[in-house]
Amino acid sequence: MDMLQFILITSGAIALVGVVCGTALAVAARFFAVHEDPRIEKVAEILPGANCGGCGLAGCTEYARAIVVDGAAINLCAPGGNEVIEQIAAFLGREATAAKKMVALVLCGGNDTQAQKRHAYNGVADCTAAQAVNGGDKACTYGCLGYGSCSRICPVAAIEICDGLAKVHPELCISCGACVKVCPRNIIKMVPADAPVHVLCSSHDKGPVVKKMCKVGCIGCTLCTKQVENQAITMDRFLAVVDYSKETPGKAAAEKCPVNCIIAADDSSSDAQPEVLQNENN
Amino acid sequence: MPNLKFCKMKIIKAPYKSWGGIHPRYHKDLAADRALREMPLPELLQISMSQHLGAPAKPVVKKGDSVMQGTLIGEAAGFISANVHSPVSGVVKDVVPAITLTGAMIDSVVIEPDGEDKRVNDLAPLADWQAVAKKDLIARVAAAGVAGMGGAGFPTHVKLSPPPDKTIDTLIINGAECEPYLTADYRLMLESPERVWLGVSILRHILGAKTVRIAIEDNKPEAIRAMEQAMRNADGDVAIVELATEYPQGAEKQQIFAITGREVPSGGLPMDVGAVVENVGTAAAVFDAVFEGMPLIRRITTVTGLPLNAPGNIIAPLGTSYRALIEACGGCADTVKLISGGPMMGIAQAIDTVTTTKTTSGLLALGAPDVSLYESMPCISCGRCVDACPMNLVPSELSQYLEAEDYEGAEELHVMDCIECGCCAFSCPAHRPLVQHMRQGKARVMLKRKKK
Repeated sequence: MDMLQFILITSGAIALVGVVCGTALAVAARFFAVHEDPRIEKVAEILPGANCGGCGLAGCTEYARAIVVDGAAINLCAPGGNEVIEQIAAFLGREATAAKKMVALVLCGGNDTQAQKRHAYNGVADCTAAQAVNGGDKACTYGCLGYGSCSRICPVAAIEICDGLAKVHPELCISCGACVKVCPRNIIKMVPADAPVHVLCSSHDKGPVVKKMCKVGCIGCTLCTKQVENQAITMDRFLAVVDYSKETPGKAAAEKCPVNCIIAADDSSSDAQPEVLQNENN
Repeated sequence: MPNLKFCKMKIIKAPYKSWGGIHPRYHKDLAADRALREMPLPELLQISMSQHLGAPAKPVVKKGDSVMQGTLIGEAAGFISANVHSPVSGVVKDVVPAITLTGAMIDSVVIEPDGEDKRVNDLAPLADWQAVAKKDLIARVAAAGVAGMGGAGFPTHVKLSPPPDKTIDTLIINGAECEPYLTADYRLMLESPERVWLGVSILRHILGAKTVRIAIEDNKPEAIRAMEQAMRNADGDVAIVELATEYPQGAEKQQIFAITGREVPSGGLPMDVGAVVENVGTAAAVFDAVFEGMPLIRRITTVTGLPLNAPGNIIAPLGTSYRALIEACGGCADTVKLISGGPMMGIAQAIDTVTTTKTTSGLLALGAPDVSLYESMPCISCGRCVDACPMNLVPSELSQYLEAEDYEGAEELHVMDCIECGCCAFSCPAHRPLVQHMRQGKARVMLKRKKK
């Protein structure tokens, strides 16, 4: 057998194998193909791709699939905002219903200077860990522990710990809700970004008890509820609670609060901002 | 004439050596020679519905009800739960959530004692227990609300009802009391060894275990002698095992290995290797429940520590506040740290209004010279924690996984097998909060498994 013959046979055999495999793949591609709606990919492209999980699904592609296949609401993507809603609405020919922009808010105002500690804690700097040691070192059993579990889980670094108290920067918040889930004391809530008034306290303890532990805790005096007529602020076990579904009044309630635990929206942002700038300058 | 040599109780050395362990200073001398005593009845008892491991009991009394000693006030909620009874006769003042030793808010029944100690006889004594069906004996143990008194508080009736595919051949009675400072089990074995032994006989009868081993550390020779005396007429394969004095010899899995050489598989229970471990206190409680029809309403608590004026072993009704216990021991002005339990596994307390439960084996007051505040530093990879870990884990690596919140990685390194004994943190020269990392890791992994 000469060299040429050997090369021909070899390349012929390889070519044959190639043709057989190629045909098999072509047949398989035709008969076993999984049909996927091409719109899913397009919708996923419109979504921001942050995979934050704020919509309640495992990521942007999953949410796109839910929109296209299951007909899920198109206004669940908080980071995308109205722009994304409009684009998806235009692409799928659905009606655009704008979602209210929500932001996370820590319902506690007691930082290290205002709230008492009941014991020294020298362990792992994490709220869940601190909470597991005798229910946390803060005297108030409802308040923010300030060990920053929320700040570490936040995908966009919108939570800052100032003086032992977590603060959400509303302009950075993408309302994914990760902090709400991780907080062992359940004091982070999603609130409408444009709500004019908040009660920065979660303590259901009675007035005298609160007074001993925290200078800015709600003492349940009910003064604020008398400033509003539509029951936008109600009392729940010695704690004033804002009903965000109702139109809430402006500064009247905040000004009346004897312990300053009610803040009007303007205050909260101006309160937090200078601290950030200070930190950056240092 | 009986063969004296045969009748003499067998005392054997532990045949195996469990892995790891440490030798802390024991300080048992503070309370070891103080005889058991009852304390004056507190003005109020606040009985938590979470006296045990598992679901808290459901309160079945309401404000204003009058109760007698032994009246059922909390009903077991589910299989892994236990009944709670009133330790005194008196009036129910309130049923409110109150802070417990773990810091959780749990429903508690507040009772004002009338000092008369009238007793309700819901449970008839079963003196002739050998004739009673095993099923009924287990029901009696459950009705009396007996839960493990070593510390974890696992409901005893659950341990006594192994699934039919598991045969129990060894019953180990845990009198090791390896936790420093505590002497409650020691005093119990010294002062009422007969109650313990009769309780053991009942447990043995229920489980049908061939082999019975009473495990006591060799630093308690008096307890070994007392138990030997109480068990002189025992028949069958019964022996006292002298364990080497080492922490944590009282841990269930380590004790099973030291005595039988069997290793409980990862994620398994002692019944997987045919063994059941019960504390000596639990055995005495089983005796009370069966022989005297007395539910578990009081326990021995060692109140100890250098700042205390008169440390002691107190028989306290459930729901006694820590403050009342300390007052019964002469008070302590210079306490800077109060621990419910022993120094290794106990839980530090922020307030002294917390009340005792079925698992409160000790209350430890520490003064300023006994405690220090360390700053935690990075791991220097010295490996002392690896040598100390009785579960054969690698705490140094695990803690770094957990610090980085990599719970999946920690699960692969068997964080769930950690028994939280504290040997790693005790031996760490960098003062890393290793046990706290493990606890948190375990909690997170449990949460993840629950979600699935």
